[in-house]
Amino acid sequence: MPLLGHLSLWLAFLVGLWGAITGFAGGAPPQGRADLQQSARYATFAMFGALVVAVISLEIAIFRHDFSLEYVAAYTSRNLPTFYLWSALYAGQKGSLLFWATVLSLFAALVQAMTSGRHRVYLPYVAAVTCAVATFFITVMLFAANPFERLAFVPLDGRGMNPQLQNPGMVFHPPMLYLGYISITIPFAFAIAALLSKRLDSDWLVAIRKWTLVSWLFLSIGLLIGMWWAYVELGWGGYWAWDPVENAALLPWLVMTAFLHSVMVQEKRGMLKKWNLALIIGAWLLSIFGTFITRSGVISSVHSFTQSSVGYFFLAFLIVTGTASFALYASRLPLLGAEARLESMVSREASFLFNNLLFLGIAFSVLWGTLFPILSELVQGTKVTVGPPFFNQVNIPLGLALLALTGIGPLIAWRRASVPNLQRQFAVPGTVGGFTALILLVAGMRDFYALMAIGLGGFVVGTVAQEFARGARARHRQYGEGYALALGRLIARNRRRYGGYIVHTGIVILFVAFAGMAFKTETEASLRPGESASIKSPYGWTYRLTHLGISQYDALNRQVTAATLEVSRDGKRLGVLTTEKRQHVDGLGRPTFQPSSEVGIRSDLREDLYVVLGGVVNGTEQAVFRFTINPLVWWVWYGGMIVALGGLIVMWPGGAPAAKQSQAGYAVRLVGEDQ
Amino acid sequence: MPRTPYGGRWSVLATEWYNTNMKAGTKFALGAVLIVGSVGYLMASGIKQTGQYFLTPSELAQRVSADPSFYDLGLKVGARVVPGTVSKEIATQTLRFHITDGTVNYPVVFKGLPPDTFTDSVEVVVEGRLQRDGVIHATNVLAKCGSRYEAVPKA
Repeated sequence: MPLLGHLSLWLAFLVGLWGAITGFAGGAPPQGRADLQQSARYATFAMFGALVVAVISLEIAIFRHDFSLEYVAAYTSRNLPTFYLWSALYAGQKGSLLFWATVLSLFAALVQAMTSGRHRVYLPYVAAVTCAVATFFITVMLFAANPFERLAFVPLDGRGMNPQLQNPGMVFHPPMLYLGYISITIPFAFAIAALLSKRLDSDWLVAIRKWTLVSWLFLSIGLLIGMWWAYVELGWGGYWAWDPVENAALLPWLVMTAFLHSVMVQEKRGMLKKWNLALIIGAWLLSIFGTFITRSGVISSVHSFTQSSVGYFFLAFLIVTGTASFALYASRLPLLGAEARLESMVSREASFLFNNLLFLGIAFSVLWGTLFPILSELVQGTKVTVGPPFFNQVNIPLGLALLALTGIGPLIAWRRASVPNLQRQFAVPGTVGGFTALILLVAGMRDFYALMAIGLGGFVVGTVAQEFARGARARHRQYGEGYALALGRLIARNRRRYGGYIVHTGIVILFVAFAGMAFKTETEASLRPGESASIKSPYGWTYRLTHLGISQYDALNRQVTAATLEVSRDGKRLGVLTTEKRQHVDGLGRPTFQPSSEVGIRSDLREDLYVVLGGVVNGTEQAVFRFTINPLVWWVWYGGMIVALGGLIVMWPGGAPAAKQSQAGYAVRLVGEDQ
Repeated sequence: MPRTPYGGRWSVLATEWYNTNMKAGTKFALGAVLIVGSVGYLMASGIKQTGQYFLTPSELAQRVSADPSFYDLGLKVGARVVPGTVSKEIATQTLRFHITDGTVNYPVVFKGLPPDTFTDSVEVVVEGRLQRDGVIHATNVLAKCGSRYEAVPKA
């Protein structure tokens, strides 16, 4: 089987190379050669097929415990639960490269199979770009990181999977994130296809926007699951650490979000064409850059793979593709002139432009902070690092400004807003926001940023509610529909607009939840059984945690030391919480890896009580605990789900064809759109 | 306050001038400069206030002997734990160990829970301050775990 896998890698390599050559050579119709174009199309299917065979071969080797493969021996063991055997495919560098190439070829084939109508003219070039990128990944595997590499001897057992990867999140988070991260290649391929074929009318934009949404949605969900995983597994009491790898995933997300906003300006007004293309190319380059920094060991991170020569491949690829795409872009600039000018500073266009600047400002500061250790060493000769305080200090004000624009943007008319229009639009949302902040101030909240975040959140929710109410009322008047039906149809008929507002609502919830972390409290205690510690919550009540005792037992592939605590709040018993230390063992019962913690979490709408077992004192039942109160964490998960729901509504096929209202130079008003 | 046609109300005067004398593009450029400037300012001040030197023990020794102000300065030191020097007092939650890069050796004191991956032979990044008693008082200890730590393939 490993031989079959290795051979199919070579096959995929050759087919991918063929697809890239024929796709570029076939060129754009009608002048291009149809036979070559067809060949490039088939090449994507063949490459996908060959890579699937390679993945299946690797999975079979993993499930059969074929430790003659270096990869299988390094990341799995005989006693690894079946659930995690699947995910061993992407637990290490080599396998994850295979997974990456396979997912990319899946998208490449899907695009070829699913694209219909006008956008088909781009397909040969799209096939060429996707094949070229996939071939690069296969090249890295074949020449630097082959998952089918054999060991000179066959070990009795493998080294096993890092215990921190043995969490249900491992099964969902990496695939989701990969789907998002990798599918950025598709809009990028369309952008390159449009540039190469010089078909830079409004068509390419629609194709790019759809695939960007797909990518954005997967990436959002992947980031969210990653945050959840970090929170429940790593035990440091938070969900976002500004770790280089987290930043690497956030960067393309920020740029894509900027694109999804500015693309509307191009659709409605025919402006910002150069900007939009640059954003898409930039988002893709950032995704390759992120892959480079996490796989080369250039920057240390909890996520990083071991240092290897793979980094040089990525650096070279980044430089070559970056130079080539921007050279192509520069040569097509004369074709990308704007069809309209900015007429007023107080207009929807201008607010989108400011929104874009803020997104890019955040992205730039994140990139800069991530690279700062390298940059400072190059320039000054001394490594200077920046951590979460830097990212928070810079991004909280920028994030709040962005939140404000989230509320302002939808309230301002396209082209030019008049003063009466502004008064009518801002009255309700502004009042809602002001009162929200005032109520919290009176209630005793004194943190400036938290007040701002929640006040602005109120403002945005006011905006969204006003938009929904006006839309529903208009339908009610015009068609005599009941309000509930009118609201449903309003969303169904204008999925982009109202789905977008739902995303905004989710973002507000996320901001409020982030603000909650300003009130996090923490304490550590060493307790004998029967002793208790207390921790005061920011809401004013006091939790009392009583240590009930330690139990030790063997489970599946680990020895567990569990501590049980009784929790009460202001004298009222709430139940018990368990937190564990796990020592994973190999098939012979010998310890592998360092012990890992299992966090005990009691979650409700207002706050999480988060308990970590630090250790047990020399064989007695005395134990050390860290107790943390994290306000509003629940809202992160649900706010994130609302964002994903809104994204799904926006990209759901069918509905009002957005292209119809996208003639440049003027805005078409749809029924229910009253501005 | 100087006299103006608007009875001292500068804001009205400014608004008037702004509405009549500036094109939308110019106004937008001003807004853009404001945003870009704020981003730049926030980043520069952020780095100045929160940036920390990342040094090896030898570099730290060199810096301290050249410039005593490096005592009590927040910094990070990347080094290897000296095997056999780790003592944990779980009751007081105090962790003591020595770190070295092969030439210079510093004792470290850390109050709190060490990370799961901390053992007496790992590479660590110690975040804290070197006090005049020659001990690094750590506020955070991060453990790197060499080749065994191939973790989440996020990207």
